[in-house]
Amino acid sequence: MSFMHKILATSAALALSAGAALAEPALIYDLGGKFDKSFNEAAFNGAEKFAAEGGSYRDIELQSEAQREQALRRFAEAGFNPVITTGFSIASILGEVAKDYPDTKFVNIDGWLPEVPPNVQLIGFQEHQGSYLVGMMAAMASESNTIGFIGGMDIPLIRHFACGYAQGAKAVNPDIEIIANMTGTTPAAWNDPVKGSELTKAQISQGADVIYAAAGGTGVGVLQTAADEGILSIGVDSNQNHLHPGKVLTSMLKRVDVAVYNSMKAGTDLETGGFTTLGLAENGVGYALDDNNAPLVSDEMKAAVDTAREQIINGELNVVAYYENDSCPALNF
Amino acid sequence: MDLLTILQVLDSTVRLATPLLLACLAGLFSERAGIIDIGLEGKMLGSAFFAAAIASLSGSVWLGLLAGIGASLVLSAIHGLASITYRGNQLISGLAITMLAQGMTVLIAQDWFKQGGRTPSLEGGARFEPITLPFAEALQGVPVLGPIYHDLISGHTILVYVAFIMVPVTWWVLFRTRFGLRLRAVGENPAAVDTAGVSVVGLRFAAVMICGVLCGLAGAYLATGLQAGFVKEMTAGRGYIALAALIFAKWRPWYALYACLLFGLLQAVALRYQNIDLGAFVLPVQFMDALPYILTVVILAGFVGKAIPPRAGGEPYVKER
Repeated sequence: MSFMHKILATSAALALSAGAALAEPALIYDLGGKFDKSFNEAAFNGAEKFAAEGGSYRDIELQSEAQREQALRRFAEAGFNPVITTGFSIASILGEVAKDYPDTKFVNIDGWLPEVPPNVQLIGFQEHQGSYLVGMMAAMASESNTIGFIGGMDIPLIRHFACGYAQGAKAVNPDIEIIANMTGTTPAAWNDPVKGSELTKAQISQGADVIYAAAGGTGVGVLQTAADEGILSIGVDSNQNHLHPGKVLTSMLKRVDVAVYNSMKAGTDLETGGFTTLGLAENGVGYALDDNNAPLVSDEMKAAVDTAREQIINGELNVVAYYENDSCPALNF
Repeated sequence: MDLLTILQVLDSTVRLATPLLLACLAGLFSERAGIIDIGLEGKMLGSAFFAAAIASLSGSVWLGLLAGIGASLVLSAIHGLASITYRGNQLISGLAITMLAQGMTVLIAQDWFKQGGRTPSLEGGARFEPITLPFAEALQGVPVLGPIYHDLISGHTILVYVAFIMVPVTWWVLFRTRFGLRLRAVGENPAAVDTAGVSVVGLRFAAVMICGVLCGLAGAYLATGLQAGFVKEMTAGRGYIALAALIFAKWRPWYALYACLLFGLLQAVALRYQNIDLGAFVLPVQFMDALPYILTVVILAGFVGKAIPPRAGGEPYVKER
């Protein structure tokens, strides 16, 4: 990332630290950027909801890996509390930094630490459960018996999405074919819509007629090409149904906004020192249904998905997590 | 692998090779005149943003294209000013232009559209639509040749055809015109050109500006042809791959076409097949992604012929010492 960015962001961080009020929450977005129409934007929406109810908060968009620690320390030293971070990549640095600021509470969404410091709370989502539901919908909407998955950077979290999706699709139709591709192995894979488009075209030519994109900014290219080519797509994290009304089957919602809102609402009383996992039961994940995709979702589809949702919540149905043994029963990568 | 699959991979190759080809030819003009340009990436990015932004605001893709070329020309002029007029280091100037473009596009996009450094999705006349060449539908039934004409040659946006036409045009300009001869001479021995009474500065500026126009086309193609809008850093290193292709092509137009098509093919195959099972072992997708760079290093190391850059490349011309 550019030097220019760093200077701008550093001066922004300095400016922030100068005029800080006491015990306001702060939010640090991951490299995808605040308006990625997806994961980070969901965090922003949660914070905006908090602001709309009279709260105030500060936020910063990171421009490079090196800024993570800097931003954390700035916010902590300026007295912001709690400091909320998004993305798994910041977790390890957070684990170190948090020890130096025992009075500040930190939250990380999506991250994992072997030992959670007492002032850190990690929030995770059961993405495989939500992906299972949209996988079912994809399989029911598909006429070619082939569906696709396009991931961003090839990391276990994204495989976790793909795995739940494949299990859901196979539950509806055991013979369905699932084509899964990853955009790349570097963070550039989150922001390469051209590659997303080409992957979409490649999957369409292999017969896919519903494609699920879990790829950040790259997903914009996937959804665009799917709409251009007249097939259905599935959005991720935020509700992306409105991007191409009538062309996006649904979106796998990951309620990062709720997690951020609740953390900000709790303020300094936030419980820390452990993991929170938000699944279907907590409404942490789910599928999006609104005016834009209502004509695409049949009653039968909705009934099947809602039944599965109930079954997952009361434990009758177990969706295997990719993390359990680093492999997926329904899909080979 | 059947014909249809091969055609689809080749079709994808053409789409992926087009921005590389335009950027590679841009670099060719500049470097043949002795100005090394590692700012191709930045010019493409600047052009991609302004093409998408103006197309989105005006609803006309042609105005967008002009704006994209204009933005790229401005960046080229900065490069020319720094490295020709003020005799600065060309590498540093090129790098600065890329950084400037990376920062400014996001900043301006955020200020204009408030969508987090992106432009709104382009629709209708604000995008380049694929062109169906004459008789493509009628000839589709002809075995082998029909599908090749219909699927592979027809059905691209106009900028793709422009890019391919630019290859013979570049060859003709560089090797069959007086201007081209002087341009090449200025990259090999600027003192001789100066002795003959031809302006070195003028020729180098002309080359840098041609480079700007071609980079502008490449950026506009990314944002308004391949995609429907600008996303931050959407060039994703394509300017650097184009530079690699330029070295691979040994600074020659036709070889540039082959190099870009080869690099495009490698990308297309990597996207289509991800991990390739060769029986004995599996070729990981990362290897395919790295292959353009590996091949360039092999060429540079002199294994496959010698890649000799223009002799005066990278050196500012000083009339008298």
